[in-house]
Amino acid sequence: MKILTLNFLTCARKACKAEPAAFPLHPRDAELEIVEAELNTEFLRNVLPRVEWEALRVVTEELGLPSLPNVAPEPDAIFPAASTAAAATANETPANPAPTQLLQDLHHLLLETTILSGKLVCGNCGHEYAVKEGIANFLLPSHLV
Amino acid sequence: MPEYLMRLVQVHESFRKAELQALAELAGVDMEFVSYSEDSPFCIISLASPAAARALITRSILSQAIYELWGHGSSLPALHASVLATSPPHWPSCATTSFRFTLDSYRGSRSTASQTTLIESFSYLPFTGPIQMRNPTHSFRIFEDYALGEKEPRYLYLGRFIADSGRQAKTTYDLKKRSYISTTSMDAELALVTANLSLAGPGKLFYDPFMGTGGFPVAAAHFGAVTLGSDIDGRSIRGKEDGKNVLGNFKQYNLTDHYLDSFVSDLTNSPVRGCLGPSPLSAGNAPGGWLDGIICDPPYGVREGLKVLGIKEGRGEWRKEMHLDRWQDEGYIPPKRPYSFEAMLDDIMHFAAVTLVEGGRLGMWMPSANDQDIELDVPTHPFLEVVSVCVQPFNKWSRKLLTYRRLPSNSILTSTTPWIKRREDPGLVHANDLNSFRKKYFEGFREKEPEAMSSGPLAEDAAST
Ligand SMILES: [Zn+2]
Repeated sequence: MKILTLNFLTCARKACKAEPAAFPLHPRDAELEIVEAELNTEFLRNVLPRVEWEALRVVTEELGLPSLPNVAPEPDAIFPAASTAAAATANETPANPAPTQLLQDLHHLLLETTILSGKLVCGNCGHEYAVKEGIANFLLPSHLV
Repeated sequence: MPEYLMRLVQVHESFRKAELQALAELAGVDMEFVSYSEDSPFCIISLASPAAARALITRSILSQAIYELWGHGSSLPALHASVLATSPPHWPSCATTSFRFTLDSYRGSRSTASQTTLIESFSYLPFTGPIQMRNPTHSFRIFEDYALGEKEPRYLYLGRFIADSGRQAKTTYDLKKRSYISTTSMDAELALVTANLSLAGPGKLFYDPFMGTGGFPVAAAHFGAVTLGSDIDGRSIRGKEDGKNVLGNFKQYNLTDHYLDSFVSDLTNSPVRGCLGPSPLSAGNAPGGWLDGIICDPPYGVREGLKVLGIKEGRGEWRKEMHLDRWQDEGYIPPKRPYSFEAMLDDIMHFAAVTLVEGGRLGMWMPSANDQDIELDVPTHPFLEVVSVCVQPFNKWSRKLLTYRRLPSNSILTSTTPWIKRREDPGLVHANDLNSFRKKYFEGFREKEPEAMSSGPLAEDAAST
């Protein structure tokens, strides 16, 4: 499971849905793997505003990955200038400016860093969801449904 | 605006217009239908330029190619008159270049001699360049539309070729050549059309909550979206030996960069952030949508049976205890209970309303009737506007592809549409949550109408069991 996906998931129990402690899920005994992927600037530009930054920071720290700034960086700091405002107005494809280091770092963290196996633990109810072969299982046992 | 001839395919007729409209929106081009009939593979549209025509057709699955319209008429003389009246402005661009003429007779045929005669009847066009059958600069095509069983065409067109469609993807993604499929996999053609209607594209995030072997995520990924999927059955995601699994399909098509993740979950107890969401109305602020599209073919119950997590009512305490003992075992399979089709549709609609970004799309397949042959309504939701309803008929049943657009929240907040969810949550009748029902029951439903009990979730679920 990619770190980006983890940012979109919470405890599956209805009783936990409204509880702030149920998000993010906390990785435990996580075995990480790097799966290389091509940088997708357009996707990151679209999806980064939807990321809960504080939750991402918590997870990054818990996984022992290089820590993130306290506050989400501004788009201008992430995306090379030529490809933001100019690209939106010009009809032609602009020459691809070199991606910023921040963009490459976020790409690496969100889309290349994968939890291959381990557990995802709810901070509210303590329920553990298993991750195996990169696939997390959120099915609840009947007494928790 | 100039007119263009679209050579459509004569299958899935009710999807064709919806696909072109979606592609026009996606490409940001103005398109008007000048003439269109479900009974014909020829359609005239107006567009600003050949560039707009190319942008429109490049992803189309239900068309073959687009042509600049040089003339049309209900007989050959009428076609010639139309060509002479409208095409001269285009002539200089073809005066000395290589060219060819070919013929496309729909539901009709001509002898070789008759074909030659027909093509030669256009020799008044002042082209002095060489005739070249392979890769000419300009390719002209005469189209004939015959009524079934007729000897003479009912309509003719002449067009100059502009661009081919994206229909070769139907072959590329053909299930017969896909390494991992199941009996319920949607055929590649309709999966691609579904992705088109929901505007899957570069930069977007798409999700299929009933992914099965991943046919919809693959289709959305083909068009450039990054995709996420889940299924209640982990075995369908993990697949079999030899890499025959969902990820294996993405590898087969060289689309792994567009594969975000798969996970095992149930829509009624989904881990997706915000999916139970407070009703967007009561929240009073942005609902935090984060998906650009949701495309799915929910299990109908026709072939699969409809189940969600939980133990069927009345199965006894021992069964619950057994699951309580075993749920942490390796390979534990949670019990499932029946789930009514209508309840599932409501859940999907609510899920889409709270997880889609404004303008995001939901593409959902459903059967036209239930197993008692009762016609099912197109589900509605105050936050979702119907964009298109396309029907695929079979011999004894039919199914529909419903495509919705997530409306902007502010357009709803100011409207008078009440937020009504027909069923709060089908899970309410089950397990621990039953306590709240019992509590209300003993309090005598003070605030509710007496009929609340018979039309409530309990009655629904009992009926479906
Ligand atoms: Zn929890």
